Parts: sequence; C-alpha cells; structure tokens
Amino acid sequence: MSSLAAERQPRLASQVAADTTGGDVAVELRDVTKTFGQVHALKEATLCVRRGELMTLLGPSGCGKSTLLNLIAGFLAPDRGELEIDGHRVNDTPPYKREIGMVFQNYALFPHMSAADNVGYGLRMRRLAKQEVGRRVADALALVRLSGIEERRPHQLSGGQQQRVALARALVISPKVLLLDEPLSALDRSLRASMQVEIKEIQRQLGVTTLFVTHDQGEALSLSDRIAVMFDGQIHQIGSPAEIYRRPKDRLVASFVGDVNVLRARLGSIDRTTATISLGGQSIPVASEPLAGCKPGDRADLFVRPEQLHLSETGELVAAQGTVTTHIYQGGHVDLYLLSPVAAGGRLLVRSSEPDAITRWPVGAAVGVTVSGADALAFPPQDDKP
Amino acid sequence: MSRSRQRALHVAGTLVVLAILGFVVLPALVVTIAAFNDKAILAFPPQAWSWRWFAKALAYPDFHSGFGNGLIVTGWASSIALLVGGAFAFALDRYAFAYKRTIEAILLSSLIVPHFTIGLGFLILAAQIGLARGFAVVVVCHVVLVLPFVLKSVYVSLRNLDRRLELAAAGLGASPSRVLITVTLPLLLPGLAGGWLLAAILSFNEFTASLFVTAQRTQTLPVAMYNYVREYADPSLAALSVIYIAATATLLIVANAYLGLGKLLNVEPRR
Repeated sequence: MSSLAAERQPRLASQVAADTTGGDVAVELRDVTKTFGQVHALKEATLCVRRGELMTLLGPSGCGKSTLLNLIAGFLAPDRGELEIDGHRVNDTPPYKREIGMVFQNYALFPHMSAADNVGYGLRMRRLAKQEVGRRVADALALVRLSGIEERRPHQLSGGQQQRVALARALVISPKVLLLDEPLSALDRSLRASMQVEIKEIQRQLGVTTLFVTHDQGEALSLSDRIAVMFDGQIHQIGSPAEIYRRPKDRLVASFVGDVNVLRARLGSIDRTTATISLGGQSIPVASEPLAGCKPGDRADLFVRPEQLHLSETGELVAAQGTVTTHIYQGGHVDLYLLSPVAAGGRLLVRSSEPDAITRWPVGAAVGVTVSGADALAFPPQDDKP
Repeated sequence: MSRSRQRALHVAGTLVVLAILGFVVLPALVVTIAAFNDKAILAFPPQAWSWRWFAKALAYPDFHSGFGNGLIVTGWASSIALLVGGAFAFALDRYAFAYKRTIEAILLSSLIVPHFTIGLGFLILAAQIGLARGFAVVVVCHVVLVLPFVLKSVYVSLRNLDRRLELAAAGLGASPSRVLITVTLPLLLPGLAGGWLLAAILSFNEFTASLFVTAQRTQTLPVAMYNYVREYADPSLAALSVIYIAATATLLIVANAYLGLGKLLNVEPRR
C-alpha cells in the first residue's frame, strides 16, 4: 500500500467513527417475517448486529439470508416485525435514505460509467463538490488497492478488480452498515482466499458494521466476529465462529458448519449439566442440554469432528471399529475415510496430522477409533439423517 | 458409397442455400440493374447504361414533396410511438395490473390486422368526424402501425436491464427519479434509439395504409412513387429504389455500429 494511501485511511476511518452516535447496536431486527406468496422466506427473525462487528449470515441457498439482507437494505418490506438501524425504526424508510453500502453478488457495477464514476456515484447523489468527490474516490480506490484503473469501464476489469470497485463504491459513502451478498462466490479459489483477508482487514481498519451473506461455512468461520446460522427462514444460532463450531445448538448447525461424524450410540447417564454416551468400550462426556428428556439407555447420536477421532490398533478400548477405504492427502494433514457400521452414513472421516498416517494405516487395514477431547456433542436421534 | 452420398448431399445443400439467398436479393438486384438502363423503359437486362434516371428521379417535384411529407409523418409518428410504446413497455415490465395480457394483445394487434384495413378504418373515421385529410390522420395511422415494434424493442431492452443496477443506485442514495435519469434511461438508450429507428424506417416505407389516408398535399414518398408508376414506366422509379436501399442500408449500418441492434432483437441470458 502506498504511503499516501496509508496517510489517508485514518480519515476514512474517522468519518465512519464520527457517524456512530451512541449505543452499540447498529442493526436490530425484531420478529421480522417475510413471505413470498406461500413461501415463508423469513419467520420471526430476531437479530442484533453490534456496532463495528462483522457478522455473517450463513446457510444453504433458499434459507432466507439474502431476503434478510434485502430487508435491511430496504429493497424488500417486511410483512411484520420491527427493523432498526442506529436505534431508529426504518421500516418505512426508502432504501435511498438508509445510508447503506451494499455489494451485490454480481457486483452490479454501472456498465455505462467508468470505475471512478461508479465509486463516486453515491457521493454525487449526495451533491458533494466535484473536488471532494474526486478526493474521496481516490481515497477509496487506494483503500482497496486499485489505483490506476479509474477510467476503465467495468467490462474492462477482471472479476477481482470489479469486486474491489464494488467494495469501494459501497464504502466511500461511509455507510452505517455494509451489506455483502455472497461477494466472493464469483471469484476463483485463490483470489477468494486473499479477498477474504483483505475484506477483513479493511473492515477492521474502518470499523464499519458489516453483514456478510455466504453459504460457505469455511468463509464464515474465517471471516466473522459472529455468525448467524439460518435454515428454512429461521435463525438457528448466533455466536462466535468457535461457539458455532464447538457448541452447535442443534443437529442442523452441527452438520452444516464444518465436517462432522455422526455415530449411533446410547445414553449412559444424564444429570442437569452433563451426560455420558456409551459407544463401544468408551464412555464420552457430553453436555446434557440437547438431550433434555432422554433417559439412560435411550438411543443418541454422537456428533464428533474429524480431528477429534483418533486411530489405534484394534483390541484397545475403542469407541468403534472400521476399515480404511481412502486416504486424501491434504498437505498439513491426511483425511482417512473408514467404513464403519456405527457411523450414521456408513462412513467415518478421521483427520490425522501424523505424517506417517498413510503408511501406518493402509487401505484395507482394520482399525480402532477412539473419541477424544471435550467437544463431543450428542443429540436425540431423528428419522431423517442430517 | 456413403462418402459420395455425403458429398452429393453437401453439394445439394449448398445449392439450396445459395438459391434461397439468391431469391432474397434477386428483386433488389434486378431493380438496381434496371435503374442504369439508358432506354425509357423498365427492361431487363439493359442494352445501354446511364445515370440519367437518377438525375430525373432526384429532380421530380412529387418525389421532393413526398420525401418532405414522409419526413414530417415519420418524425412525428415514430416519436409519438416511442413515448406511448415506451410508457406501455415500462408498465408491462414493472407493474402487475388487470387485463395486462389483453392490453398487450390490443397494442400488438396491428401486426395481424392488414394495413389496408387500418388505412380504410382511419379514412372512414376521418370522413365521419369531418377531419380534413391532413397530416394528423396520417401520423395517427402510422403511430398505430409502428407501435408494436417500438413496444417490443423497448420491452426487450427493459427485460435485459439488470434490476440490481437500479437497486444499487437506490442503495447509494439515488431517489427514484434520479435512478431513472442516471441509470435506467442511459442503459435503455440503445433500445429506445433502436426502437425509434425501426419505427422510422417502417413508417417512411409504409405504403398500403398511407395510400388510403394521404391526399395529394400529404402524400408520402411510397405513395408518390406508386402514382408515378401508374403514369410512366421509365427507370426513374428503379433509380429511386436504389437510392432508397442505399440510404436505408447506410442508416442501419451506422446505427448498428453505435447501438448494437443485435441486442434489440434478443432477450440476453441473465447472469
């Protein structure tokens, strides 16, 4: 980054900070419901976005996350419920008065304007003086490290450059909230990873409250201060990436975020805070809350992350037996797939960081599997598999 | 065996395509050649060559007034059609309302009603309400005739417009009217200009309905040409046709270079 850009950025950051007037809640939704005909896109969603945080809305396509974003932007109106930005009710405020910066999935750059005119559009709509517009556009383009392409039209820019222009266009108006609708999904993998880092850095630097929609759980885990996981129009869980990953509230969240093994087991004992799950020769402690109402001896599904499973020789006191079917070498670790009758899907995934895992556990080897760590979770069984 | 058969099919196919292409350009070709005939008859092929019919056609007063009248009628008719058709296209694309399909069908109906019926209808109406056969009747008649084409071309442009661009503008602080002026209209401009041009060409060339609604004072160029050929059979008309074709082709080539007319005829796939 040029020294000039570095000089200018604190000013952009201070502009954002100056706009923040008391209270630490930037966006609040209370019981917001939206239906399209017969489809309930959003069911009584309640959500608080803290000032300055980066929150992701994570969920499969059709879960209502984009609807939620469009409601905040004002492109859709809620059927019921309250919507507040900076403590003011905005249910009836049109989008152009909401001071929102939005980056669309396809970027939605104006094809008939140059990159600089795209970025300056919001400032011109605010009737800023021409010189001021030029200065702020240059600042914003420097912020996204994109100086020198001012006069190019969007179709003359690469996907990554278009992405940056779209980001600069949204940020230059010092929005109260930055909304990003799957902004990285059109980029290739390596570019996506570097843009994730850059978005996070820019967001930190400006301290702008950000809502980021994605269906990519890896993206959500690596970017977010907090994640709201959505399924079928409902927010299932809101928490930090570690909370979501280690303490998923229900089966859906546990299955959607990160890889997980589901093992058929039985409940050994249960009290107010903890329960134990009996699986093979092991007794595994879990939180009792998700198992409320279950009795010792009932069937229960144990959810275990691949890195919490360990391979051992058969004959030890193990949780399950299996046969190695596939190795996937991942550089830093090896993914081993095992056939095991205990697994809900018939297969187990074990993530081993031992460098000799492939030679030690060759394909066809019969192995024992043990569960370690305090992060195992159990849920009552359900008929349809997660 | 199969190879020789394939080859025979290939040759036959090429011949059929060439024949079809030939028939498409044949009339224009024959007229063009006839225009250069030195003799005062519309004969083919000519015996001797000359430019003199071009000079005569350009000097003929009825053609002059026909050209001027045509410009007046075309200018008004395609501009009015653009306003009316554009507004309806906008409404059809953006709003849901009762009898939407019926209204669309009525607006497009002049595609299936013969032009002489429309011309005759306006002639009777004009006579009934005692309207003199002035430009107003001709212009209104032409608006009805070209409306479907303008409507379609603007509608297609609207369908091709990514609505997220308008949302993006609104999100950046543009009120609805400023979204229209700064984003929607500039992006629709090729469609609007193309629709206007298409209407203008159709209106300027329209003959059947014009024959009914024009008078001596208001006759357009095609009507003047028809009246000419009823009296004379020299190649002036052929010469005029060549000018016509050349002018229209030039206009279209220029328009295509600036507007990309290909876009007007298709709904582009959405990204």
